[in-house]
Amino acid sequence: MLHLEGLSKSYAGGDPALSDVTLTVPKGEILGLIGPSGAGKSTLIRCINRLVEPTTGAVRLGDEDLAQLGKTDLRRARRRIGMIFQEYALVERLTVMENVLSGRLGYVPFWRSFLRRYPARDVQQAYRLLDRVGLMDKADSRADALSGGQRQRVGIARALAQEPELLLVDEPTASLDPKTSRQIMRLITEICQERGLPAIVNIHDVPLAQQFMQRIVGLRAGRIVFDGAPSELTEDALTTIYGAEDWNAMRKGDADQAEAEADAQRRLEAIAQ
Amino acid sequence: MSTSYPTTWRRPPQLIKSARLRYAIQFAIALYLAVAIGTLEVDWARVAAGLERGGRFAAGFLQPDFVSRWDDISRGLVESLTMTLTSTVVGVLLSVPVGIGAASNIAPAPIYFVCRSIIAVSRALQEIIIAIFLVAMFGFGPFAGFLTLSFATIGFLAKLLADDIEEIEPGQVEAVRSTGASWWQMVNYSVQPQVMPRLIGLSLYRLDINFRESAVIGIVGAGGIGATLNTAIDRYEYDSAGAILLLIIAIVMVAEYGSSYLRKFLQ
Repeated sequence: MLHLEGLSKSYAGGDPALSDVTLTVPKGEILGLIGPSGAGKSTLIRCINRLVEPTTGAVRLGDEDLAQLGKTDLRRARRRIGMIFQEYALVERLTVMENVLSGRLGYVPFWRSFLRRYPARDVQQAYRLLDRVGLMDKADSRADALSGGQRQRVGIARALAQEPELLLVDEPTASLDPKTSRQIMRLITEICQERGLPAIVNIHDVPLAQQFMQRIVGLRAGRIVFDGAPSELTEDALTTIYGAEDWNAMRKGDADQAEAEADAQRRLEAIAQ
Repeated sequence: MSTSYPTTWRRPPQLIKSARLRYAIQFAIALYLAVAIGTLEVDWARVAAGLERGGRFAAGFLQPDFVSRWDDISRGLVESLTMTLTSTVVGVLLSVPVGIGAASNIAPAPIYFVCRSIIAVSRALQEIIIAIFLVAMFGFGPFAGFLTLSFATIGFLAKLLADDIEEIEPGQVEAVRSTGASWWQMVNYSVQPQVMPRLIGLSLYRLDINFRESAVIGIVGAGGIGATLNTAIDRYEYDSAGAILLLIIAIVMVAEYGSSYLRKFLQ
């Protein structure tokens, strides 16, 4: 279970990126974090594993306050938190297998990682994860030889290789097409459910968030302005988060897109026959 | 309705806006050039003598003599090639830690300043100056040359490596850090894969620079083919000197093409 208490972050000489965020994520919950660009979504999830140092507040994962940890303890704590990135953030010149195994870096001594001599259990687990995300045959390919959707699958496998207690997901679908986006979101939510893994997902695509998230938190200018079920995300709530806009037009646009996708699917099937 | 737009356009002056100042500066430059040329003293008799000597040199060049001094030449070449290879290997091995330390995005501030200072000193001193100094310390011969080239390699390679590390993709570093990796693991998994092809390319490039430099620093006593060349010219053996120059040119060209081919192959 993750509990954030009065978390704030201000960058030198700027407006506060986060002000007094208090949030509890129970075990197994998939939480979508929505909000306009610059609302502090990315800062919030990076404060949790301290890729960004929070200014004040507590980040409690289980019994431990991550905000207070020293260097070594922080490394140990980071192992418990898997992270999935917007631009996949794979090491492009390494193989898929090395990328997945890099999820074990916090567990193995330097010589093992340097010589790529990981314990048998880690290697076996890496294969199992690659099989789970459907990339068994790509283990020896270089990461830069994969398509966007495949790269994000490797990113997911890497995060899971850490055997995390929490998943932080930063705009997982921002660089993907609508169909692949849905597949990736489905994969993430399935995996979280399989493992009872809580996740915080930054997502800018509101319809996608409503489709896949169990709970939605809206962030505006560093403050939580909405917290509820996807069904409670009404037009008024969206206006509070994003400001005035014709929300029905956006939903209609999404319906059009789904329609176009279905149409493309039908045509593909027609060709296949 | 018909607005008449201009049909001509000239680029407005970018640097000095005032036309008068512009002409004044142009005039001043021309005046200084004329005065400077006027103060040159040219001793035409010496030019003539030099031309004659140059002619003899060119004649020697056209009839290179590889044979009569072959022992000296081959010894010089082997010395130079040994110096080149050993100094490149040692230089690269020293440059890597210095280069990593001099990258502001991964090194802590105190280490950064130390490493940048090492690079600055190495780059500030030209090879010949270091060679003169080291020859005075360690005596004539290739050992001084080896030290000179190793030191110069650090300035070149560590700087370019550090600059390259500073431009790597930060997302990949962030991702590896988020797994709980230590600093060494982070360097090994996210920095090294991104800079390795360029590091290999630069090392090969430095190998052929070091060969060329080994010929130059030999003239100040640091051994190698440069020393042989200097001796040949001192003895007025222009045919042997011509042979040495041709060999240097040939080896530099082979090294150049070889290393550019290898770099292309690696990237």
